[in-house]
Amino acid sequence: MRKNQVAVVGAAETTELGVIPNVSQLQLHADAALNAIADAGLKLSDIDGFATAVETPQQVCHYLGIRPTWVDGTSVGGCSFMLHVRHAAAAIEAGLCKTVLITHAESGKSMIGKAPRSTAPDSLNGQFEAPFGVYGPPSMFPIPVLRFMKTYGITHEQLASVAVVQREWAAKNPRAMMKDPITVADVLNSRMIAYPFRLLQCCLVTDGGGALILTSADRAKDFPRKPVYIMGTGESVETPMVSQMETFNSSRAFKTAGPLAFKEAGIAHKDVDHLMIYDAFAHLPLFGLGDLGFMPHEETGQFIADGNTRPGGKLPLNTNGGGLSYMHSGMYGMYALQESVRQMRGIAPAQVAGAKISVCHGVGGMFAASGTIVFTNER
Amino acid sequence: MAEPQRARPKPTPETQHFWDGAKAGELRLQRCDACAHVYFPPRPFCPSCASRKVSIFKASGKGFLYSYVINHRPAAPGFTPPYAIAVVELAEGPRMMSNIIDCPQTPEALELDMKLEVAFEALDDKITLPVFRPAKG
Repeated sequence: MRKNQVAVVGAAETTELGVIPNVSQLQLHADAALNAIADAGLKLSDIDGFATAVETPQQVCHYLGIRPTWVDGTSVGGCSFMLHVRHAAAAIEAGLCKTVLITHAESGKSMIGKAPRSTAPDSLNGQFEAPFGVYGPPSMFPIPVLRFMKTYGITHEQLASVAVVQREWAAKNPRAMMKDPITVADVLNSRMIAYPFRLLQCCLVTDGGGALILTSADRAKDFPRKPVYIMGTGESVETPMVSQMETFNSSRAFKTAGPLAFKEAGIAHKDVDHLMIYDAFAHLPLFGLGDLGFMPHEETGQFIADGNTRPGGKLPLNTNGGGLSYMHSGMYGMYALQESVRQMRGIAPAQVAGAKISVCHGVGGMFAASGTIVFTNER
Repeated sequence: MAEPQRARPKPTPETQHFWDGAKAGELRLQRCDACAHVYFPPRPFCPSCASRKVSIFKASGKGFLYSYVINHRPAAPGFTPPYAIAVVELAEGPRMMSNIIDCPQTPEALELDMKLEVAFEALDDKITLPVFRPAKG
């Protein structure tokens, strides 16, 4: 795909984030969509392309009254929205549609109008993982961590520092769920969830949503907001079974999606001003920094513990507070994208001064899938 | 109300041999007749070279502890926390999820790379699960 041909011209989260017991999941989609439409200065009838995950495109399109000529229901977990951005950019470039709305919403905490996740007993996961006591992401996502730590000499304190640094970012963000400062000792003394991870190394569980609107870069200059260009994109999938990853020392999906996006954007790591790495759990930024090629995996733990990713550090990472402290509805990818867009617009609560390139890296379904988007505010 | 039950696998035509093997006290894997690749989970073709000529064989049941978590909460139905959810690397190459028996469910006792051997735990008269214990000697 050619870089900078498509831009984000509308971006918004749901009016509220956090615990929203009085709104259904479907209405959260609509709330985010209406906010994004208003942000872009559009009408619903201007939307001719639509993408969402978990809920079907037909469900959300009908509810909103949208009549699309292009839809994408790619649903690969929390990074689905990174893949939607990539697919939408390709569709706009190919002339299949002009203005794409991407929505995410999840009543992850209140469970209003949300079907519970289930694993069929005759699926491969149901036969070869569920009988051994996996029960939700906290029991599955961290399974590779101990091997990763042993291979690269990563310490428990370094993994705790991920949560500490992200809380520093969250403290700057009025919409963050958790803002009180924490220490490495606080993290290591918090309640055990699934060894080696404790409560403060696991994402929040909240309600919310977000929506993006994309159109061609040529049209983007006529919109009220500063356009944020899609500079590079990548995607991949590996396996729905965490036990069947090729290795626990890296993610194959990360190592495919990340370099694709960097190559398409034509950038080097030193060009990155701002970075989002989907942090459902504290090890993901370490996997991301290594697999995306920022540094050898061995150095990732110390890099974060040394403060390089905190406010004022040389590589600002997860500047909204991340899934650990900002919010995590279950599929966090949309919120990472929203923060990248805010940073590129120059309006983030914890704005990185002068940031021109933002890399937004997502993971989905444990390590099943990955999507990477490189944004820029210069064309 | 009955005690909540541990998740029961339901075999499919492609996986039946594995579950029949576990019931008979055998850990069964598949090997490609064309390229000799050994793989898991079961399927009637080789995921490495796409050959449909594959054979089922009885694995050694030996392996080592590749990684694990010790789950505290939330616990799966039928499990009493804390319990380890392990990934075992088999001597033949593939890895599989399992549980570790005859071993304290603690970080001190569960050492990465420790040698393991398969054991079988009958859930009912239809399903037996392969689990692993520290290897003797």
